[in-house]
Amino acid sequence: MSQAAVPASTSIPTPVRIPLREIVPWAVLIGALAMITLFFVSAEDSAVALLSANGYVHEFLHDGRHLLAFPCH
Amino acid sequence: MMRTLLVRGLIAGVIAGLAAAVFAFFVGEPHVAAAIAFEEAQAGGHSHGEEVMVSRGVQRTIGLLTAHIGVGLALGGLFSIVFAVVYGRLGAQGVRTYSALLAGAAFVAVSLVPFLKYPGNPPAVGETGTVGSRTELYFVLLLLSVITAGLAVAAARSFADRFGGWTASGIGIAGYAAVMTACGLLLPTVNEVPDDFPATLLWDFRLASLGGLAVLWLVLGAVFGTLVHRELAPTPSEATPVAA
Repeated sequence: MSQAAVPASTSIPTPVRIPLREIVPWAVLIGALAMITLFFVSAEDSAVALLSANGYVHEFLHDGRHLLAFPCH
Repeated sequence: MMRTLLVRGLIAGVIAGLAAAVFAFFVGEPHVAAAIAFEEAQAGGHSHGEEVMVSRGVQRTIGLLTAHIGVGLALGGLFSIVFAVVYGRLGAQGVRTYSALLAGAAFVAVSLVPFLKYPGNPPAVGETGTVGSRTELYFVLLLLSVITAGLAVAAARSFADRFGGWTASGIGIAGYAAVMTACGLLLPTVNEVPDDFPATLLWDFRLASLGGLAVLWLVLGAVFGTLVHRELAPTPSEATPVAA
C-alpha cells in the first residue's frame, strides 16, 4: 500500500472516509441483489409465490427458514 | 475501494453463513427433528411431509446450508455497504473495532429485536393460514428496527460534539430501546403454539435459532474486520486496548 510510510506518531490515526458518492451506486446494486436473495431464502413459495414451484423452494429451504427465525408456515 | 470492501464482505458472508449452518446442523436440527416427530404424532396436523418432494435428508443438510449461505452472502454484501458509510464517521476507532461494533449493532437491530417480538418457531408451531400476516408483521418490525437504529446512530453522531461520545451513544441507544419497546407493545402479538407442544422443546429450538444468528453476525464482523483492516488502516498502530 502506498500509505505504508505514514509516520506512526499518532497512535490512532483518523480513518479515511470513503466518499458517499462512491458508495451510492454500489449500495443500490447490492441492496437490490440482497433483497432478492433474502426474499428467496425467507418468503418465496410460502407467504408469497412468484415462481410456481409448488412448494419445492419452501421444502428445500425449510429447515434454514425455521432456524434463521423467518416465519415459515 | 468500494469493490475491495464488497468482495471481502461477500467472502466474510459466506464464511459466516457456513459457520452458522454448522452450528444450526449440530445445535438446531435435533430440535427440528423432535418438532417434526411431535407434528406427525398429532392427528390432523397441517400437511408437512405428505407428498415429499424434498427428503428430510436434503432439507437438513444441503437445504440448510443453501439457506444459510444465501443469507450470509446477502448480509455480507449489505454489511460492507453500511461499513463503508459509517467507517471514519463515528470516531477514530480502528477497522476491526468498527467491524465488530457494527456486527454487534446489526445483530441487535436485524436479528435480536425482531426475534424478541416475533421469535422463530419450530415445525408444528404456527398456523398455515396466517403465514402471510406473520411474514408481514415480521418484516414491518424488522424495517422499523433498522430505520430506528439508523436514526439513533445519526442522532448520536450529531450529539457527540456537545455531550461527548459516551453520553451521545447512551442517548442513541436509549432512544432506540424506547422506540422499539413502544413498537413491540403496539404491534399485535402472535401466539400460535399448540396447547400440548412441549415448552422445553420450544425454548430449546428458539435458543438454538438465536444462537445461530449470533454465530452468523459474530463471524461476519470478525472475518470482515480481519480481511479489511490491512486495506484501510493507514498505520499498523491500530491496536487499542479495546480492540485486542
